[in-house]
Amino acid sequence: MSSRLFVILIPLIVIAIFAILSWRDTRNNPDPTRKGFFDRNGTVLGLVFIALVGFWMLFLVVLPYLYMVVESFHPKLSPSKRGGPDDVLTLMQYKSFFIEPLSGDMNTIHMWAFGYTIVISLIVTALNFAICYPLAYYMAQTGTARKVRLLMLALIIPYWVNEILRAFSLRLLLASKGLINQMLMGVGLTDAPIDFLGNNVGLFVGLSYAYLLIMVFPLYNAIESLDRNQIEAAHDLGAPWWKIHRDVVIPYAKPGIASGCTMVFMLSAGSLAAPQFLGGPNTLWFTSVVYDFFFQSFNWPRGAAYAFVLLSACIAFVMIVLRLFKVSLGETIK
Amino acid sequence: MSASVELDHVTVKFGQFTAVKDAALEIRGGEFFSFLGPSGCGKTTILRTVSGFLEPTDGAVRIAGQDMAGIGPNKRPTALIFQNLALFPLMSVADNITYGLRVRGMSSGERARKADELLELIALPGQGKKLVSELSGGQKQRVAIARALAVQPKVLLLDEPLSALDLKLRQHMRAELRAIQQQVGITFIYITHDQGEALTMSDRIAVMSDGVIQQIGDGRSVYDAPDTAFVASFVGENNAFAGQITHADADSAVVQTDFGPLRGRNPKALKPGDRAVLFIRPEDLIPVTGAADSTLSSYVTNVSFEGNMTHVYLNGQGAREISMSIGRQGGTDVPQKGTVTPLSYHASNAIVLPEGTMARE
Repeated sequence: MSSRLFVILIPLIVIAIFAILSWRDTRNNPDPTRKGFFDRNGTVLGLVFIALVGFWMLFLVVLPYLYMVVESFHPKLSPSKRGGPDDVLTLMQYKSFFIEPLSGDMNTIHMWAFGYTIVISLIVTALNFAICYPLAYYMAQTGTARKVRLLMLALIIPYWVNEILRAFSLRLLLASKGLINQMLMGVGLTDAPIDFLGNNVGLFVGLSYAYLLIMVFPLYNAIESLDRNQIEAAHDLGAPWWKIHRDVVIPYAKPGIASGCTMVFMLSAGSLAAPQFLGGPNTLWFTSVVYDFFFQSFNWPRGAAYAFVLLSACIAFVMIVLRLFKVSLGETIK
Repeated sequence: MSASVELDHVTVKFGQFTAVKDAALEIRGGEFFSFLGPSGCGKTTILRTVSGFLEPTDGAVRIAGQDMAGIGPNKRPTALIFQNLALFPLMSVADNITYGLRVRGMSSGERARKADELLELIALPGQGKKLVSELSGGQKQRVAIARALAVQPKVLLLDEPLSALDLKLRQHMRAELRAIQQQVGITFIYITHDQGEALTMSDRIAVMSDGVIQQIGDGRSVYDAPDTAFVASFVGENNAFAGQITHADADSAVVQTDFGPLRGRNPKALKPGDRAVLFIRPEDLIPVTGAADSTLSSYVTNVSFEGNMTHVYLNGQGAREISMSIGRQGGTDVPQKGTVTPLSYHASNAIVLPEGTMARE
């Protein structure tokens, strides 16, 4: 049996295991007052629910990913050879991330792109936090209702503009003959244009801006529920403003901070448009590598393997950070 | 160490709204001083002005003689206990108590010792490691007091800290607060709308209404010799009889009310023809037995027995009821519901004051 067909079996097996577990549970702890799923919803409606949710989960969520996972464990083959004797399970695609298959050398280009993507994403996350924390604090605690509403509008409306347009307009602003350079030279601050795009300033600005809202809202939600009296109590007990934030506000907002930071980190590590349009000539974003495998060399197995390397590295990284800051995963999605 | 607090003609405005109007008083060092008034009277504004969260629009706040203008709450020798206590939920009890010492840079060893000492003072020894959420209402109260006392303030400000407690605990905490105040010997400024709290704990009370201080005095003088109709009607139960003065001399005045002429003391030297209100406390009204200074009679609408005393309610002027409290020692008969009962009182127990705003029922 082809391993690709096997993919469909995995979710079915999982569902069967859950069904058995649930059946055992109700047998061991009988609860006469509990009504079954079909008793509560009726047979027809119950079947419709199960069919809809099942279709959604199975065909739109689980199967595509599983298919990609399986694909990543196969060699790249022409369509005629698929399912033939060469179509075996292999780790070669994952190995190719570390060792270039043709030359046998260390695959420094891709590993470097990977490390670079992670590091830049971290910096973007930190930058975003530094921008958004004061903003969120202002909106949640000190701003008047009217000003907060205006600020929210100013934050949200730019997101109606699509990503490509936003990236290109930033490019226009930051280009060597762009508006900012012309202004700087016009005022006489510099003689020669500053290469914002080559220095990756454009990349940082673009990425930070793209995920501003994703950082602001979890922070805002977390800080908003903080009792003002606690801030005042700390102040009254002698704490200067930065100690109030260190001891009272940030510990309280920690789940929101973790939620915002993990989302921004994941999204910027996985972003495609901003690095491509705003990155400097030396910037090789890891998602661009993945993209090229899929659409330039049509090497889906290797592209899939690379994508999963990135995904698992990001998940592992986020888990470690959550552990370090003693935040449970459940808290970040509250 | 205690310090005096002086409000030098303090006015606080929020935009067009004047929350405190020309408050002038001096609180002595080591005094237990209460601001008493209904909600919205400006008493919390005064507290926030003393603690430094608000700056007076006009006038000055002086603590131990030093002008506090421009000095933030973290730099003032005051500590505030919030109405909801505002304990830090993510810190242990000991960390809560010593937070003020931590921001002052005290070492953790010394802090631990200080925490033990303060836990001893508030009768919660060995409970420092608990979380705040594990404590009962009264215990939280005491932790909040310890946290404020830890920074050795010269003035402790309390914003209705007992209002969230149930009656029994509240009465217990009154005594405890008073005891702690005498033990540490610092100035306490207490905000409350509960006249019972103010009367039992305070050395002196300032009664406030609509941003204006109506009267300053000890509990007895505020209760027995109110300056205004507001104070008379707000502090304790009181029966009000409005009317016009018909006779007046230095000692007493007679007010023509719906119940006929009633005589009372005349401390404000009102003259015949003035509009006035005569106040008689429920406990000063007695069912008529023999000859008395003045009498009135009314229809008994309700009688309620409360153990240590019996409250009798009678038809009063307009919608107001006359209430009368009869203690157990007097041996007087309690009037029956549905009868018309003559009442009397001693004129020296009634007071005639100029007409003015009264406390809402």
